[in-house]
Amino acid sequence: MSQKKEALFSKKNKKLITDPLDDNNPITVQVLGICSALAITVQLKPAVVMSFSVLFVLSVANVVVSLLRKFIPSRIRIIVFLVVIATLVILVDEVLKAYIFDVSKELSVFVGLIITNCIIMGRLEAFALGNTPWKSFLDGIGNSFGYAWILIAVAFFRELLGSGTLYGYPVLEKLGIYNFGYENNGMMILPPMALVTVGLIIWVQRIRNKKLIEPK
Amino acid sequence: MDLNKNTYVFFFSTAMVLVVAALLSFTSIKLKPLQQKNIALENKQNILSSVGIYVSREEADLNYDKYITDSFVLDSDGQKTDIDISSIQLNKETKKPKKEQNMPLFISNINGSEKYIIPLRGTGLWGPIWGYISLDNDMNTVYGAVFDHKAETPGLGAEINRDFFEKPFNGKRIFDIEGDFVSIAVVKGGAKENDYHGVDGISGGTITSDGVTAMLKERLDKYLPYFENKMKENEVNDIMNFIEEDINLNDTINKLN
Repeated sequence: MSQKKEALFSKKNKKLITDPLDDNNPITVQVLGICSALAITVQLKPAVVMSFSVLFVLSVANVVVSLLRKFIPSRIRIIVFLVVIATLVILVDEVLKAYIFDVSKELSVFVGLIITNCIIMGRLEAFALGNTPWKSFLDGIGNSFGYAWILIAVAFFRELLGSGTLYGYPVLEKLGIYNFGYENNGMMILPPMALVTVGLIIWVQRIRNKKLIEPK
Repeated sequence: MDLNKNTYVFFFSTAMVLVVAALLSFTSIKLKPLQQKNIALENKQNILSSVGIYVSREEADLNYDKYITDSFVLDSDGQKTDIDISSIQLNKETKKPKKEQNMPLFISNINGSEKYIIPLRGTGLWGPIWGYISLDNDMNTVYGAVFDHKAETPGLGAEINRDFFEKPFNGKRIFDIEGDFVSIAVVKGGAKENDYHGVDGISGGTITSDGVTAMLKERLDKYLPYFENKMKENEVNDIMNFIEEDINLNDTINKLN
């Protein structure tokens, strides 16, 4: 059992963080978490708050499941995942309500969405169940960032084109664009445009990154 | 050990559930007082902002005592009762039959004139919506309104708690020229200019907007007996004032003569 100890940030471990940003992005490549990408990208602020919450829940859940991986009976593993995720989410919610009330109000509706976020479930099943806690933690961080940047990019375009604001700040009004007869595109705030935007991002990503294109 | 043996599965799930339950109940009990304090302060903050006083949550307590001069509970005939206002839970009251409902009312004194603050409670698209609307002492003109929600869609229905939605309520009227109760409606596609009973709706948030309309109509309707009493009282007061003025005037004329 003389295994060579791996450095904390070995090349392989670094890849756990960088891969989900592009080559193995949870939204655009693994196609997980689309539902929340639809629901909360109308404005930047909720998207950012959601990203942070997922970052916390995913990395901690990954570590917990990885620690328990040798004890979880495989027949009930999905239920165990669900309990772990739901517990974490409720804990976060309770603490926020007590100490950071304003943020908790902002989050309210997303708490339920985090529990149903397929990225978390997917990563627990595909990664944490078969890897060490540290690796799982890195995987959690990597995937959360991969998720976060897509979410924020989509929210950026939807808020800017749909409401003419960014993070609540009326950018277009300050620039005086409306004086030239420009009007906000109401369609951008409707859910289908989130899918279209994600589709455009996938398109651009595939033009750039040839690895993603399946051989014919 | 075989992880998939039934006994082990039972053992594992029981242990897991116990640990999780203990953890969650402990957190919940520990944090409850803090959470309730936040909610109570937020309510006071909302009551204050419905009469145009915007304070931080920390200062809500202090300002509440300063500006809210009276608060009491009405019965369905619009008469004052002795019920403690803090014992009234609006979500339960609205489910009772109309005759058995008790209506809380707050009174504030802003620059010498009384404002009547009516708590609201209704349903939006995903969950409850609530708020406060304040009326001038003519019992007709809206002085201010605030709304909030539990779980409306962010960016759409959730916008009801924003200034751009709440501000247009100021100056609207709940009775028409004939004195009939019409309430205020949130109009899809935007209210007409000079419409005293309509405000602009939110694109993409129609169901929440309709919820606000229904909530206003349902809640204000319950206060009509009180409004009528109050208006009569105001009329009597006006006449009394008029007579007094008249007497004063006569005195002055007599003196001049």
